[in-house]
Amino acid sequence: MSLSFQDLILTLHRYWGEQGCVILQPYDMEMGAGTFHPATVLRALGPNPWRAAYVQPCRRPTDGRYGENPNRLGHYYQYQVVLKPSPADLQDLYLGSLSAIGIDPLKHDIRFVEDDWESPTLGAWGLGWEVWCDGMEVTQFTYFQQVGGFECRPVTGELTYGLERLAMYIQGVDNVFALKFNDAGVTYGDVFLENEVEMSAYNFEVANTDTLFDAFRKAAAECESCLANKLPIPAYEQAIKASHVFNTLQARGVISVAERQAYIGRVRDLAKAACAEWLERGQGA
Amino acid sequence: MADFLLELRSEEIPARMQSAARNDLARMFAERTGEAGLSTGAIDVHSTPRRLVLIARDVGEQTEAVREEIKGPRSSAPPQALDGFLRKTGLAREQLEERDGVLFAVIDRPGRAAPEVLGEAIQRIVDDFPWPKSMRWGAGSQRWVRPLQGIVAIFGEEIVPVEIDGLHSGATTVGHRFHHPGPITIGGASDYIEKLRACHVIVDQDEREQIIREGAEAAAKEAGLILLPDEGLVVENAGLTEWPMPLLGRFDPEFLDVPREVIVLTMRTNQKYFACVDGEAMLAPAFVCVANVDASDGGEAIVEGNRRVLAARFADARFFWEQDLKVPLEEQATKLSGIVFHEKLGTVADKVERVAKLARWLVEEGIVKGAKPDEVERAARLAKADLVTGMVGEFPELQGIIGGYLARAQGEPNAVADAVRDHYGVPTKPASTAVALADKLDTICAFFGIDQKPTGSKDPFALRRAAIASIELIVRNGLRLSLTQAVRGSLANSAGQRADSEAAHRLDRTAPEILEFFADRLKVQQREAGVRHDLIDAVFALGGEDDLVRLLARVKALQDFVETEDGADLLTAYKRAANILKKEKWEGTAVSGGPDLEPQEKGLVDVLDKAEPTASAAIEKENFTAAMAALATLRRPIDDFFDNVTVNDPDPGKRERRLNLLMHFRDAVNRVADFSRIEG
Repeated sequence: MSLSFQDLILTLHRYWGEQGCVILQPYDMEMGAGTFHPATVLRALGPNPWRAAYVQPCRRPTDGRYGENPNRLGHYYQYQVVLKPSPADLQDLYLGSLSAIGIDPLKHDIRFVEDDWESPTLGAWGLGWEVWCDGMEVTQFTYFQQVGGFECRPVTGELTYGLERLAMYIQGVDNVFALKFNDAGVTYGDVFLENEVEMSAYNFEVANTDTLFDAFRKAAAECESCLANKLPIPAYEQAIKASHVFNTLQARGVISVAERQAYIGRVRDLAKAACAEWLERGQGA
Repeated sequence: MADFLLELRSEEIPARMQSAARNDLARMFAERTGEAGLSTGAIDVHSTPRRLVLIARDVGEQTEAVREEIKGPRSSAPPQALDGFLRKTGLAREQLEERDGVLFAVIDRPGRAAPEVLGEAIQRIVDDFPWPKSMRWGAGSQRWVRPLQGIVAIFGEEIVPVEIDGLHSGATTVGHRFHHPGPITIGGASDYIEKLRACHVIVDQDEREQIIREGAEAAAKEAGLILLPDEGLVVENAGLTEWPMPLLGRFDPEFLDVPREVIVLTMRTNQKYFACVDGEAMLAPAFVCVANVDASDGGEAIVEGNRRVLAARFADARFFWEQDLKVPLEEQATKLSGIVFHEKLGTVADKVERVAKLARWLVEEGIVKGAKPDEVERAARLAKADLVTGMVGEFPELQGIIGGYLARAQGEPNAVADAVRDHYGVPTKPASTAVALADKLDTICAFFGIDQKPTGSKDPFALRRAAIASIELIVRNGLRLSLTQAVRGSLANSAGQRADSEAAHRLDRTAPEILEFFADRLKVQQREAGVRHDLIDAVFALGGEDDLVRLLARVKALQDFVETEDGADLLTAYKRAANILKKEKWEGTAVSGGPDLEPQEKGLVDVLDKAEPTASAAIEKENFTAAMAALATLRRPIDDFFDNVTVNDPDPGKRERRLNLLMHFRDAVNRVADFSRIEG
């Protein structure tokens, strides 16, 4: 019997826990990708070794489809693993995790296909691949080269599994809402369908844009005040907040192409300043 | 002598980088061994996703011993000079040789053993390798395209020791990632390829490509289908696999409602699958993927997994397609006013307006024949509407194609739908040609109008490409137009639309700039088409020609002519005449004729008097071949003239009229083309 959604997570937790990762809980803030979690961004900076794994709920307001698209969600989960320095056998460790969740590499076609990663909002980039299983992208595999504009020394290896996709693949399901969440008959749809419907309506139709613009300005101001007080962690949190508000504004369609670059630049400056302060305080050193 | 094997094993090298990497590896190896004086025979390079391999045949056992002599000071020179020389050479006084009172340092550099030289070469190659993008990993500072995992370096049967970032070279590698993950010991260059083959790795990319090419074709054939060949996909899949296994799968035929280009592009770009057609060349609901494993179930699970991924992608594509079908193109076109074309040139809707006007003008002026003005204008108004569709949002490279499908689906005439579809390229149907040319001319003129010209290597708006495409449109379709007039019209259009009176004033300066820009592009294009640049220059030098079709007909006729014996001979005579005139700094006088003309003078005068009006009339009728033929009649008389008549006659009157005659000859020839520009 194939793994339920929650067993998939539990299996990965056990596997990566055995590799010396601290198993963290999701960060309690809205963010667009698991990479934004301070356990990835801030810990990738400086010389200290670090190994962590966690699930992070990701919110991408523009990807919401009112629960009508079998493959797209405005809210979904990523499983994030970071290992610093990246070990020489990182690919093997990763393939071990696929075996652990029941993917037999002699029966399936596992491929590492070039995909370079860049996050303009974090001033970060890295090289790596998207990992394909029978033609489906199941994981983003990246060796960080820069974060917050700073060279990563040592390099952090980052693995980001798309949990819903992976579960759909393992369970042989064509609609995300049909995924079995557990083995007691609860589906992913039972848990999240209504959430998708309502959040799509909120993000596309209801969210008050004046409030959002105001929230963006306030988050930016808070970030700067934290920076002035040499508090990189709360400063970074405010940068994450600004980033999410910006994403929602985009879903509301009120940011023009020209303005878009300016907003991304603003968030990047905040994130970079927080990273600089983190290093300044000797964190990660 | 012995063979040398180098395997640089890493995590997966991007497929698109492998071909250049092989060439770079061979080149750098040849350079390094060459510099060191190590002889090598043939060099073979191979790549897989996980290895870059070099095999050099017949590498020398050691570099040649070199004896180097350095001339020093005279033995009688002051001691400071000697000290300096000893320091420089690192020798003592008694080691120097003295010949004829001069000291020489003789340094013997013994040959170095090959392994030492090869080790250094490997280090340099890895350090200097020109990857388009490279990275660091772990705690080290070495750079490579992806983490480097192993080095096999064997000279004959001997390991070439080298250490890179803590990695020691050896004789051990690994086989296929899943079929044979354990270590393999390599004996040397002779057994490397076969040992790896036994471990499910085909080292040579050409062999993998062949397996994919044949295997994919066979898989299609077995299913009663025909594979759509795609060499790009063959190479890419060979760069993604060490043990390629082409597998055929099928998808739900109901997805075939979606435009064929979308289906093929989804398969090719997103999934790297081949498409298949049936016996009637209709797209078949099947795909061929290339797995990197000889699966234990024969590939059943792999095909099923790929089918599901494809179905999800197609479902997405079909969703966009169905949404797009619901919205008429004219309604989509209204949204173009929300897309900025360029901050100084307004929105895409503004551009559409200009293009519609220009396209209509091209038809109404009879420049593009056989199109209906109303259809052309409509096509121009719909041509950019697909830019706001979901489908083009997903697949930007399908701009035009999607618009064409949507136009047909909403019942537009074929001429309109074709023009929408083909206007980005170089079409030949009349309505499509009008829209395509108007679109490109507008882009060029609009940007020149705001002073955004290409300079040097900078051409951010691809105006050079637009000019080349315009030239092709004009030439291929034989469009007769005054480019000056079209350019001025387009410039005025653009300046008028944005009420830019300054640009309107600049028009007299901008239009000639654009004409010159076109002339430059035309020269480049003609040169690339194999036309001699001096002939192009010879015709361009006449100036004042802005009808490209006529201009090129003249170039063609000239090329044909100068390649004949008459032409070559006439050119020689022309150069001789021109040289004499130049030497004399002759500017011409009124003196001509006379009772005492030599027969050869008379002959030349008579033929000139006939040839000149004939050539002019032929040029008038654009019969350039006839004009050249008229010139050809001058060949014999001018040769006779030079053979029998002395230009520099002691009689000043004769000299003067003969110089005038030569000038007459030169000018007559020059009216057909500026022969002074022709080489030879």
